[in-house]
Amino acid sequence: MPAPAEAPAPASRPEPQRNDLLLRVRDLRTWFLTDSGAVRAVDGVSFDLYAGETLGIVGESGSGKSVCAKSIMRLLDEPARIVGGSIEFRGRDLATLDDEALRRVRGREIAMIFQDPMTSLNPVLRIARQLVEAMTAHGRFTRPAARTRAIDLLRRMGVGRAEAAVDSYPHQFSGGMRQRVMLAMGFSNEPALLIADEPTTALDVTIQAQILELLRELNRDFGTAVILISHDLGVIANVCQRILVMYAGEVVEEGPPEELLSNPRHPYTWALLHAAPRIDTEATDRRLTTIDGQPPDPRAWPDGCRFRARCAFAVEKCAEHPALLPIDATRAARCWVTQAGGALHPPGRTHAQAAAPAAVQSTAPLLEVTGVTKHFSLPKEGIFAPTRMLRAVDGVSLSVRRGETVGLVGESGCGKSTLARLVTRLHEPTGGRIMFDGTDITHASQAEIRPLRRRMQMIFQDPYASLNPRMSVGEILSGPLLLHRIVPGEAAARARVAELLDLVGLPAVATSRFPHEFSGGQRQRISIARALAVGPDLVVADEPISALDVNIQAQIINLMVDLQERLGLTYLFIAHDLAVVRHICDRIVVLYLGKVMESGRASDLFTRPLHPYTQTLIAAAPVPDPRVERARRHVPMKGEPPNAVNPPSGCRFRTRCPIAQPRCAAEAPALQPGADGQLVACHFPGVL
Amino acid sequence: MSAAAILLPRIASTRRRWLRRYGLATLGGAIVLAWVLAALLAPWVLPHDPTFVNVANRLKPPSATHWFGTDALGRDVLARVVYGARVSLSVGMVVVLIGALFGTLLGAIAAYARGWAEEALMRATDLVFCFPPIILAMAIAAALGIGTVNTVIAMLVVWWPKFARLARSLVITQRSLEYVEAAQSVGYGPAHILLRQIMPNAVGPLIVLVTLDLGQAILVFAGLSFLGLGVVPPTPEWGAMVAEGRELVQQWWVATFPGLAILTVVMGFNFVGDGIRDWLDPHARTR
Repeated sequence: MPAPAEAPAPASRPEPQRNDLLLRVRDLRTWFLTDSGAVRAVDGVSFDLYAGETLGIVGESGSGKSVCAKSIMRLLDEPARIVGGSIEFRGRDLATLDDEALRRVRGREIAMIFQDPMTSLNPVLRIARQLVEAMTAHGRFTRPAARTRAIDLLRRMGVGRAEAAVDSYPHQFSGGMRQRVMLAMGFSNEPALLIADEPTTALDVTIQAQILELLRELNRDFGTAVILISHDLGVIANVCQRILVMYAGEVVEEGPPEELLSNPRHPYTWALLHAAPRIDTEATDRRLTTIDGQPPDPRAWPDGCRFRARCAFAVEKCAEHPALLPIDATRAARCWVTQAGGALHPPGRTHAQAAAPAAVQSTAPLLEVTGVTKHFSLPKEGIFAPTRMLRAVDGVSLSVRRGETVGLVGESGCGKSTLARLVTRLHEPTGGRIMFDGTDITHASQAEIRPLRRRMQMIFQDPYASLNPRMSVGEILSGPLLLHRIVPGEAAARARVAELLDLVGLPAVATSRFPHEFSGGQRQRISIARALAVGPDLVVADEPISALDVNIQAQIINLMVDLQERLGLTYLFIAHDLAVVRHICDRIVVLYLGKVMESGRASDLFTRPLHPYTQTLIAAAPVPDPRVERARRHVPMKGEPPNAVNPPSGCRFRTRCPIAQPRCAAEAPALQPGADGQLVACHFPGVL
Repeated sequence: MSAAAILLPRIASTRRRWLRRYGLATLGGAIVLAWVLAALLAPWVLPHDPTFVNVANRLKPPSATHWFGTDALGRDVLARVVYGARVSLSVGMVVVLIGALFGTLLGAIAAYARGWAEEALMRATDLVFCFPPIILAMAIAAALGIGTVNTVIAMLVVWWPKFARLARSLVITQRSLEYVEAAQSVGYGPAHILLRQIMPNAVGPLIVLVTLDLGQAILVFAGLSFLGLGVVPPTPEWGAMVAEGRELVQQWWVATFPGLAILTVVMGFNFVGDGIRDWLDPHARTR
């Protein structure tokens, strides 16, 4: 296309006006036409988007929110197809537009960024080339102009030393930086609409806060409309002016966040809101409100209200399919109960008595870790280069008493997963000492440790990778029983497997099934059953819920809390989600680059954090209520975690610390006691 | 657009898609099966003895009594081709199965043990990969002396490394998955984890390689026989038969029929291997 390349004239475009309708989606239906029937992923979605507006779409996996976004860009692969409805964008119907015209819209007028910044950039091309091609593809810039603009954009997106960074390859960047590059690419053609599909889900909470702040700024400065898709109400609440809640392929509620989140008018929104623990409130009960049952089958949605079977408020009229009807000028909901003026009452307390965390009975620690270190030697960069050491865990001490839940938190790369594997002796420590119930297991051989495996089990993060796909659930669960001779024979093993399945809330028929026949939450239940099979005292849970939907998270948390009460388990709970940790842990240890920054009772740590790192972590976790969020104290977290191979001198956090002093670079602070057994490694505790 | 209008053509296309995906594999399977049956039933269905020499009847073109004609010693080419299948198929299977078993075991153990064991094994495979396989096999076969068993040994030496390499890469991918750590934390020993937990997840691509390799092994064995290194005469063997017929331009049938036999068997195994690969590959399956 001969382009007006010499004169990129963004000024010729009229300034976007508020209330200027940009996108008008009507009755959109995107189905997957599979051999086993049509999967009606998006089934009648309608909404408007005005220029410069920020719209959030929230829902569980399978609710159709991603497919909805991909339909707007027509990024649908076989067998997905738009089978009905219209997507009007500036006078064109994207649902029926021909490929050539669509290509001019994609990237030029609508840009999209995806969840996984690791795979959405081409790994073999330099950043500069990818950005320049994105700009020259639409003929609006010459190559030299595009390169200059690429550097400017990267700088605007907060990429440090942009002139040098532009010539890097994607693998030289961290996840957060890559997401900034994706944003630069998205904004390079000044699109009218940016669609961000779970842009921060793969990122740490501190980096998430930075990216969300950037999105807000870009929306404000460029006037670009944003559709933000997320499963996290907290993320949506703080960026978006309007929220769509999706369930079973349709919009069930719509409204501005202030009202929708404080007074939901659809039971599903209400349930989502109560299923997630909140960082700004102390738990009175460790159990969370969950939605019973499973989402309906997308091949055959139920006739009436699609949420009816799981709804606590359902009435007879719900057998009829409700329409999305307006509540007031800005809100609409698809619910008969609230239409008729019914109220959604706060969740009832099922276990009000058991709420108080059981007092820790014995003081003898079940697990005692003293100054443990783990160094990994990295491949040399050259033949004569010195061997580099990654100090993944660098002198960590902690103790876990019988019956308590200790939380281990920190950003990715802080060494929390390595520590879990040291404690369970999947790895051997380089130094320090690990005592398990009075036995020194620091350097025990695998044969020596094997009898102790019965008493110390682990639950893993990825429910899809942690179960052997070629073994039936029965084999997975009976294997440990027979291995440790806990049961006398096959028949007894079968009986015990049935008990275990019942314990974790799975039907007995699950025995003969294979892991792929289960959902993520069910798999995590199997994983828990496997850990419990041998009757352990200590369970190390390595991010057991971070791969799950909010409601499933709540179910798994409830299950773990129940099991702890019934079986007297001790948990070492590793997570990056502070709200969850606050909710279920008695004590918390905060790790940063392999060192303990702060530790103490959960309630103390959250109400009175002493270390600036703890304070920034807490501030970065979003709260699903914009009014609370505005009132909260925001401590900016600067930059990215430094390279763990070559950590900063002195205090490791000083490079990102808002109150760092020269002393912090010279001298590493020791872990010193504060009030109430709280320990903090900072020269200026509580100053921030 | 109504739903029915969209759904109907898809149901009709399901069978066509199956044919497109597995049609060739079915054809290949039929070819292989036919050859196996022919080799097994040869003594009962063939009218002629493959080693019966009748010089007076030499180099006769295909006819009603000798469908594929006769060779330079008056032996029936059809009988020799069918009996040749016995040698070729069994050599192919022995080489590939033993090579696969040995290579897989070594590669899997090396990948699971890491460290020097892995390093040593990989350098050993490098050593074999340094030479063109057929030249190396020729050299070893020539050094050991002519004979079927010696040729099989020579072929095994060049055959195991690719299985070792594939098995190693498959086990390395699997061992980084959390279910392996889960098995360790349950308390299983290394032998159980490798053989009972990891290997069942890694055999798929190995089976594909075995099937594709069967044809390849038959081809290499025929090649060695062609060069005079395979079987001891008068054992009927396709490669040797092609070699006997290569000078006889006028008597085309002497070399053509054993050549066609090699072609069909190798093709059959390749089709089956491709089919299994598609069937195991979920990406190809959904297309």
